[in-house]
Amino acid sequence: MIMADTFTIYLKIWRQKGPNQSGKLVDYTLDTVNEHMSFLEMLDVLNEQIMQEDGDPIEFDYDCREGICGSCDLMIDGRAHGPKAMTCSCQLHMRNYKDGDTITVEPFRAKAFPVIKDLVVDRSAFDRIIEAGGYVSVKTGAAPDANAILVDKEDADTAFDYATCIGCGACVAACPNSSASLFTGAKLAHLNRMPQGEPERHERTAAMVEQMEEEGFGDCSNFAECEAVCPKGISISAIAEMRRNYMKAALAGDGA
Amino acid sequence: MNLESKVPDGPLEQKWEKHLNDIKLVAPNNKRKHNVIVVGTGLAGGAAAASLAELGYNVTSFCIQDSARRAHSIAAQGGINAAKNYPNDGDTIWRLFYDTIKGGDYRSRESNTYRLAQISNEIIDQAVAQGVPFAREYGGLLANRSFGGAQVSRTFYARGQTGQQLLLGAYQAMMRQTNNGNIDLHTRHEMLDLVTIDGKARGIITRDLVSGEIKRWMADAVVLCTGGYGNVFYLSTNAKNSNVTAAWRCHKRGAGFANPCYVQIHPTCIPVSGDYQSKLTLMSESLRNDGRVWVPKDKDDDRHPNDIPEEERYYYLEEKYPAFGNLVPRDVASRNAKIVSDEGMGVGPTGKAVYLDFRDAIEREGEKAISEKYGNLFDMYENITGDNPYEQPMRIFPAVHYTMGGLWVDYNLMSNIPGLFVAGEANFSDHGANRLGASALMQGLSDGYFIIPYTIGNYIADAELDGDVDTKHKAFDEAAENAQSHIDKLLGVQGDKSVVEFHRELGKIMWDKVGIARNEEGLKKAIEEIQALRDEFWQNVRVPGEAANYNKYLEFAGRVADFLELGELMAKDALHRDESAGCHLREEHQTEEGEALRNDEDYSYVATWEYQGVNGQLQEKLNKENLEFEFVELKQRSYK
Repeated sequence: MIMADTFTIYLKIWRQKGPNQSGKLVDYTLDTVNEHMSFLEMLDVLNEQIMQEDGDPIEFDYDCREGICGSCDLMIDGRAHGPKAMTCSCQLHMRNYKDGDTITVEPFRAKAFPVIKDLVVDRSAFDRIIEAGGYVSVKTGAAPDANAILVDKEDADTAFDYATCIGCGACVAACPNSSASLFTGAKLAHLNRMPQGEPERHERTAAMVEQMEEEGFGDCSNFAECEAVCPKGISISAIAEMRRNYMKAALAGDGA
Repeated sequence: MNLESKVPDGPLEQKWEKHLNDIKLVAPNNKRKHNVIVVGTGLAGGAAAASLAELGYNVTSFCIQDSARRAHSIAAQGGINAAKNYPNDGDTIWRLFYDTIKGGDYRSRESNTYRLAQISNEIIDQAVAQGVPFAREYGGLLANRSFGGAQVSRTFYARGQTGQQLLLGAYQAMMRQTNNGNIDLHTRHEMLDLVTIDGKARGIITRDLVSGEIKRWMADAVVLCTGGYGNVFYLSTNAKNSNVTAAWRCHKRGAGFANPCYVQIHPTCIPVSGDYQSKLTLMSESLRNDGRVWVPKDKDDDRHPNDIPEEERYYYLEEKYPAFGNLVPRDVASRNAKIVSDEGMGVGPTGKAVYLDFRDAIEREGEKAISEKYGNLFDMYENITGDNPYEQPMRIFPAVHYTMGGLWVDYNLMSNIPGLFVAGEANFSDHGANRLGASALMQGLSDGYFIIPYTIGNYIADAELDGDVDTKHKAFDEAAENAQSHIDKLLGVQGDKSVVEFHRELGKIMWDKVGIARNEEGLKKAIEEIQALRDEFWQNVRVPGEAANYNKYLEFAGRVADFLELGELMAKDALHRDESAGCHLREEHQTEEGEALRNDEDYSYVATWEYQGVNGQLQEKLNKENLEFEFVELKQRSYK
């Protein structure tokens, strides 16, 4: 097999043994990088090198490696998911780097995302926000014929754009306040816009916003850093919409 | 092994309704006294957990990911079939059934496949009611498109992310029940064993992937929704954590494994670029609508593809299959890519790729039109390979995508172990020897929303379970010790070859000898090589870290150990099935046109393997469920 030319990358990677231990950046050198590797494959190769020397491999989350499951969550040189827009950590390729570059890799940091080990964090707060109201209350078997509910094409398309959120948490990691407003707002903007979601709009909005606060996420101050790092390009209009609906819910006496 | 299919009598179209009329119910106030374990939170598991909880059962749900929303169903791109006939193009339940059973080369159970087609319409209703944002027409009605292997437009879709949207619908329904206290959800937990008491499934053993703790869980029934086993090939389109462990360990407790050799290999994936490669990325097969597949006629031709003149290009699909051309079914396209690359005509640095060329389509329709159709796929390709497909042909190659085999189940989706149900890709039941596009989502949701919730009640109503059993029972002790000692054994080897190296070597054996095309000699060789590799694994694997901590390589080690057994069973099954059927092509059995040549006389059965031990070699006994076709006539597939 003919291999592409290899080059050398210097890495500073956050190592932390457990949730209650302190962590630090550790230096590594990898001289077998090639341009076709994905960023996570580069870390796989580094782990093989570490294990060869009887060290503990670096733990990081991943699964689909095609940008849809939302598992991977690396802070690469201070930017959630790295330098390329609309790209998850797993879709970043090493051709974006050159021989001799130094890269710093840290976990997604937020009070509501405690570190489990190394680069792995606990994002279960997101699940609890969905649990609070991120659904349409319909039981299996209770549905009318699918075409009995007309949905305006534009609404369906916009709802889809918001529904593409993969729940990775980049928005939280990028936000100076560690706010989860883009994540929460995106689900609300999807469901509140659909006729199926309309009846529960107020209760849903109030419940999800309050759960978000309870989890320890900060407020939104319109920095828009979240939108800039979102690998699915979700618009911060979702947040304005969430606020409007929250006000309406408060006036209607639901929650708040 | 009891392989009674329990298919109800009567006309095909009335079987399911008759069954629903006949099965026993559990009274609403009694349901909360019954615990059901659901393992996996993909389309089948998420839908089953939500629906069972809505009915009032106490559900305990598990997934290996950090959230139930991340199961690999999320990556399905194309769509979901249903026989709604909204486009008025003559679709019926019968046609959807017939296309599915023909596509599977007549190796699935007729009654199950028919039921799948019947339920397809309810799935769309359910998903729409949940707010799944399907594609719409301007009038607000649902849009449809056509998909491989069908002559009607019956596929519903949400851009290229249909799996994501359907999974989030199921996940949200599940989270609603979690909020109500009807589902107790445990993420980052891996099932390591099944507990059986008095011959019935009564619980599972899990490992908490964060703390390493081994835990015991009891229930009246266990539903396994743990997906397929494509990662036995190391490289596949599956997610990195997809694995066979839960299913395999049930197999070792007595559950029959059916048709393990039926593996679907998808023709249009981005080729392997080097040894470090960790997964393969699928490119939607819709690309074959406009792209032309070719290789250079001269195998030593190392010119840039754009410099190779027309007469020196071999458009092998168009030449061999003039009627379907580049649109032949998945198995035929994959097989032919392998043939030309084996003959030395493959392209790219590895020689394991063929060109998919859009030059003529761009000339004909313009770059803008092609970009509107495939822009996101072209961008994805360029991001991964660094090449621009508007300017030069893509390089593609087949990759393992889906496994039709799985644990044997009866009409109720219950395995031969009473109380152990299996749904979605993890079971064997509906796709025969080949699955058609847009059918996987349909099956997962059909099993989870509309079959399991009823058939479990029928089982529980009659099960007469021992009410005094708890997790201190000796069967739990034995299973928990078994799980722990397996982990200790892995950590104790202290060898010097990594888990990934073993997995990669296994994958190479599987791909070369148990992959797109198989023959007797290669399969026999594969069995020997897998046995040797397994022995070496247990003597020389290096697993880092400790048991009582987050330790991903330890998780992988357990999964690779199981793949090293499953791989042998797949080769054994492929060797015993001395015919070709669908994706299983035995080179000894082909039509003159190179198509799969079935032998209905001798092989019209479900091969169900019964585990009997591993002792240097894997010991498995073959049991057969004969397939009876009352309603369709078996024919040779032809796509010429």
